[in-house]
Amino acid sequence: MSQTIEPQATPTVDVSLRRSSNRSLGLRGVGAVLVGVLLLLSFIRVITGADDLTSAGTLAAAIGLSVPIAMAGLGGLWSERSGVVNIGLEGMLVFGTFGAGWAGYQWGPWAGLFVGVAFGALGGLLHAVATVTFAVDQIVSGVAINILALGVTQYLASVLFDGVQGGGPTQSPPMTSMGSITIPGLSPFFLDVAANGWFFVSDVAAVLAALTTKLSYLTIIAVFLVVATYYVLWRTAFGLRLRSVGEAPHAAATLGVKVKRYKYIAVVMSGALAGFGGVFLAEVLSNIYREGQTAGRGYIGLAAMIFGNWRPGGMAAGAGLFGFTDALQLRGAEAVHALLAVAALALLLWALWILFRRRDLKKGGAALLFAVLFAWWYLATDELPPQATFVTPYVTTLVVLALATQRLRPPAADGIPYREGED
Amino acid sequence: MNRRFSPRAVALALAAPVLAVVFTMIITSIVLIASGKDPLQTFQVLVGEASKPRIQVQILNAATTYYLSAIAVAIGFRMNLFNIGVDGQYRLAAILAAAAGGAVALPAPLHVAFIIAVAMLVGACWAGIAAILKVTRGVSEVISTIMLNFIATGLIAYLLTPGRLAESIEGSNNISTKPIPESGWMPGIPLIPDAKGEVFGFIVIAGVVGVAYWFLLGRTRFGFDLRATGRSEPAAIASGVNVKKMIVVTMLLSGAVAGLVGMPQLLGSSHAYSLDFPAGLGFTGIAIALLGRNNPIGIAFGALLWAFLDSSATRLDFEGIPQEIVAIMQGVLVLSVVIAYELVRRYRVRQVAHDVGRQLGSTEPVSGQGAVA
Repeated sequence: MSQTIEPQATPTVDVSLRRSSNRSLGLRGVGAVLVGVLLLLSFIRVITGADDLTSAGTLAAAIGLSVPIAMAGLGGLWSERSGVVNIGLEGMLVFGTFGAGWAGYQWGPWAGLFVGVAFGALGGLLHAVATVTFAVDQIVSGVAINILALGVTQYLASVLFDGVQGGGPTQSPPMTSMGSITIPGLSPFFLDVAANGWFFVSDVAAVLAALTTKLSYLTIIAVFLVVATYYVLWRTAFGLRLRSVGEAPHAAATLGVKVKRYKYIAVVMSGALAGFGGVFLAEVLSNIYREGQTAGRGYIGLAAMIFGNWRPGGMAAGAGLFGFTDALQLRGAEAVHALLAVAALALLLWALWILFRRRDLKKGGAALLFAVLFAWWYLATDELPPQATFVTPYVTTLVVLALATQRLRPPAADGIPYREGED
Repeated sequence: MNRRFSPRAVALALAAPVLAVVFTMIITSIVLIASGKDPLQTFQVLVGEASKPRIQVQILNAATTYYLSAIAVAIGFRMNLFNIGVDGQYRLAAILAAAAGGAVALPAPLHVAFIIAVAMLVGACWAGIAAILKVTRGVSEVISTIMLNFIATGLIAYLLTPGRLAESIEGSNNISTKPIPESGWMPGIPLIPDAKGEVFGFIVIAGVVGVAYWFLLGRTRFGFDLRATGRSEPAAIASGVNVKKMIVVTMLLSGAVAGLVGMPQLLGSSHAYSLDFPAGLGFTGIAIALLGRNNPIGIAFGALLWAFLDSSATRLDFEGIPQEIVAIMQGVLVLSVVIAYELVRRYRVRQVAHDVGRQLGSTEPVSGQGAVA
């Protein structure tokens, strides 16, 4: 329980550094992937008639459900880029929901935002004190923070909310909504086009409709935070130093970087971002703080971050995947069932690509086999049990990790306690 | 000269837990005072509850379950494997073992053994997925076991519907697996006189597991390899340890013990897996393994302490003190225990440097270790 957490991290560093997969896709690449995914979904929607697959409602829900996961993931990214594994994100989300609920019902949603983020940051500070100052095992500290966060919020909730009108020992009184933006003119137009069911055009319109109708301010801030993270961590001297602390802290220290200070900043920031995710849960996806509201999203955010190879773009894609399957679950069985066809088609395309471009018969054949299996599953059944949708994102994450972990490259010193003067 | 049992070594070994408990009581008192409650009264109520025979039975029963969960976690911890999936492993094991136990008719001891075997097998298999993913594909077990927890939740919800493994219980909304016939029950032990309930018979098996854990890790080649791998993987490889095999075997063992976590409850009281089967015990196990420093005796103390807090807490609500204060205590305790051990470790390093310095005839620390502080 002392040193490494990811034993294979060290030997693969040299190899994977040279790999192209470590480079980001770039804006054009991201655009191409988005268009590709939308084409795929659109095609399946037209064939199967499962309109909810890309309806404006589904997409709006998907965006909303992605945000807390993405914010937890972004928090994890800050922390792990500085070399501190943060499994306490779940607890920091809980702190965020509680802060939002407590301040929100008394002084309005913006105060809720501020206090929720501050509470999350406090959780981060605690993690920093334990892992940076005291060099405690990071997973251990994270687990402890999750337990603590649950205890503190449950206790405070029963002290502060019980007896207040609309509140109770497990929930805060309701707060007013922050409001949202609907762009007049554009929103109804896009909704109209989206409702027509044209191939691809309607799907693009649905995306635009989701973005122009009842868009929460917090969603906009969240998108800004993802972009800003990329800019700060990869395009500034500050970010370079912060990442250097996560790759080779002792080397960074010899160059005059204040290792502990950077780790502190990163971990507190991590908590603040997770707190923001919690605020979003309490204020946008609900209007109260409720016990158990986070439902493991901190862990899912962590998975999204790993899925995204410790990069903001990939992390956002992972969060989007989780949000999308979550949203489909809410929209009914038909759309979920169509997901099988999506999987079949995606696997088919991938198989063809491997067979013809990579000329790898074994891998391509396996992919093809799975494509056929999914197609058969789709055709042979009328609907999926609701639990199947529930597990979809988790199974997907496992499969993606199983296929791609060899290409993932975590920060080299991730999870290793840093002690000045010791190796 | 026996250094291990010198007065200073004993004092140092006790320093960390004592420090952590004192610190926890201080923080808890501050929280209580800040919210207008009386800390002294809180502690009195907690201790007073624990003197009741009924509560003592509860404590022992809960501790049995916690102990098994913590041992399951600790097996992985000793090898630097974070089996966060104990939670999913024991729940899946419990439902399948309950269903299997309800479906067969066997003579009494065999029936119980059969249920336990199924539970251990299922737990091991579910943990095995994470092990295989780790050794063949390099997937971190932290993430894979978290995912497997969620998948287990979905799987259990799927299985626990009428028509599959479940049937409705008359007169309630609850559903459960087919009840296990009496031949598959484990009799309780009237350990505490005057108490109405009995202590789970499974407490004996938990004790056996603890001894087996101590023996396996401390007294066998396998245990040595396991601990060596946990301390330094390169060193273990150099001395001929097959790390991949160790990972698989350790995970399977951890999962098999995790499979036992639901058994005290299943064999001792509920005799079926229903919607209200206790959940989240895997995370409690992590906390207790941390409290007990992966030591079988330490874990036993940790489990008893945790169970004491949980079982006595319900009384607090009647006294106007929210029982959730106990959860704060538990969280602070875990965090302060790990920090206290780190502080003691640093103190020890400095002391050793100091001693070496003195023996060399100089009062200054000789190595660079002095800089640690």
